[in-house]
Amino acid sequence: MTATPRLARKAREAEPDIDQLLDFLYQMQLIRRFEERTGEMYTKGKVRGFLHLYTGQEACAVGALATLQPQDKVVTHYRDHGHAIARGMDPNRVMAELFGRQDGVSGGRGGSMHLYDASIGFLGGYAIVAAHLPLAVGLGLAANMKKENFVTLCVFGDGSVGEGEFHEALNLAVLWNTPVVFFCENNLYGMGVSFQESLSTQVTTLAAAYNMPAVSVDGMDVTAVYRETLKAVEHCRAGKGPYFVEAMTYRYRGHSMADPELYRLKDEVEKYRKRDAIDRLKARLMEGGHLDGAGWEAIVERVEKVVEDSIAFADASPNPPIDTLFRYVTKEPGDA
Amino acid sequence: MPEMRMRDALREALREEMLRDETVFLMGEDIGAYGGSYAVTKGLLEEFGEERVKDTPIAESGIVGVGIGAAMAGLRPMVELMTINFSFLALDQIVNSAAKLYHMSNGQINVPMVVRMASGGGSQLAATHSHSLEGLYAHFPGLKVVCPSSPADAKGLLKRAFRDDNTVIFIEHTANYGLKGDVPDDPDFLIEFGQANVLREGSDVTLVGYSGSVHQATRAAVMLQEQEGISAEVIDLRTLRPLDIDTVIRSVQKTNRAVIVEDDWKFGGFAGELSAQIMERAFDWLDAPVARVCGKDVPMPYNRNLEFAALPSEEDVVEAVLAMF
Repeated sequence: MTATPRLARKAREAEPDIDQLLDFLYQMQLIRRFEERTGEMYTKGKVRGFLHLYTGQEACAVGALATLQPQDKVVTHYRDHGHAIARGMDPNRVMAELFGRQDGVSGGRGGSMHLYDASIGFLGGYAIVAAHLPLAVGLGLAANMKKENFVTLCVFGDGSVGEGEFHEALNLAVLWNTPVVFFCENNLYGMGVSFQESLSTQVTTLAAAYNMPAVSVDGMDVTAVYRETLKAVEHCRAGKGPYFVEAMTYRYRGHSMADPELYRLKDEVEKYRKRDAIDRLKARLMEGGHLDGAGWEAIVERVEKVVEDSIAFADASPNPPIDTLFRYVTKEPGDA
Repeated sequence: MPEMRMRDALREALREEMLRDETVFLMGEDIGAYGGSYAVTKGLLEEFGEERVKDTPIAESGIVGVGIGAAMAGLRPMVELMTINFSFLALDQIVNSAAKLYHMSNGQINVPMVVRMASGGGSQLAATHSHSLEGLYAHFPGLKVVCPSSPADAKGLLKRAFRDDNTVIFIEHTANYGLKGDVPDDPDFLIEFGQANVLREGSDVTLVGYSGSVHQATRAAVMLQEQEGISAEVIDLRTLRPLDIDTVIRSVQKTNRAVIVEDDWKFGGFAGELSAQIMERAFDWLDAPVARVCGKDVPMPYNRNLEFAALPSEEDVVEAVLAMF
């Protein structure tokens, strides 16, 4: 089973057309429901370990990933289901991975935080904060050295900004002119500490300090995310070096399933829910006469089927056999 | 075969691999214009250019991470971290990314990278600059750990490292850089990993070492023969992961005694692992408990006499052997 990256029925336009907006709406709803149902699967004990849900942030993944071409690469943080689905990873195999099953994208060896599908350039969720930023620079360096025209989208949270590797990576990316889009999903909290309490300046100020173009965008507006990330990707593809996008967003659920959310008020969550990216795009399309109630219902039904199918697929997939335990520790000539 | 020092043999290996495989490139701290802090990469910038010999900022975690990314995309980077002491700053990248990506991705992504670093005490560099922590890296499944003791081994093992599809931690003892020896100039000269080298045959006791400690073991074997009439077999492990335990076990079954010599601290070190494996597999052949001659359990002092006392010496090895008879 090899997935194909979503996308590209045509060259990227600066403004998405109606078909593309309808597709954005579908994808955001798919991620929303996939995550909600995944949360339910966690409470049923089907999904174990750490689980970080992406609800609220869907516009970031959908808007940013839609700017990429099939040859491009993605590395992201551990809240990675949304990016995986937006890149075109098979939801069945994502859910199977969350269930820890053999048909999961990582064969049940990775789990929620470690999704990989190299066939679509999705090179991982990374569960050590900021660890993948230098990797993205390495991918960019390889693109330059091999003269391959791929861009690497590196997604991370505002919690990464305090890590040394953030600074090392930005510096190296500019020094070596690597085609990397640094995409910061600023959901205001690194676990339970607000970013104002953990950062002495603004995120984009740091990027600018390394001589990197940087922009901050409304991360709950999928069109805005798409528009600004597309500029970044085109900048990289033109050989002009890295580019930084900060998307201001909000996660509706706790940091992980274990989070009692003592650090924020319910009012704050409600405030952001009123700016929900799905609701806003839906309203916009309805106002423009591009979507009606029946059209929305069709999207909802289509999404429900995909998500329910993914759960059935995951449930039916076997556990990886115990005799495969020692597979893939090191790669040796002649390995299957 | 030409005679050369270990640093020159290492340079020959790098040069030959860069000529053989255009995906091989080098990056690290002061490897270019400066020529490498141990002069291993001297002249390579001039020969191969800035694209393939990259001076980097002092950012160990960052540059190892960049190496991992480049390796994921099909290149074969060598990252030089100057010394093992600085590698701790890159430990997360080595342990959590380089060693695990192949497994976590279910075999989709591998990281063919060589990370070189110098190790060892004895130069009065004090506690932060005198580590011998080869065993630390050997702890992690997914890594290969190589520690050569001679110029020929250094060349054959380093060339082999570039043909591996995994991350190879290649650790060079600073005391060995100036060692001279005959080195094959065949560009296909490779030494396989996991093949220990029996440097000296003997019948009464097995001395096991690697990297720098091989030389203490060898000098001790000469002293034992000349002064005590004891015949010591000396084994150089060459690689700690994969570990050629079979050669060690065969030797112990012959000599019935084993002494492990290691610069690293005894407590929790690799010598403990070796000792346990010998006990597990050759318990019935042992005439004495396995002995460990290791670094003393202190941060390395600067003073010459104190440093000397903290490191294992050939006299310590002789003493440990005599206690077995």
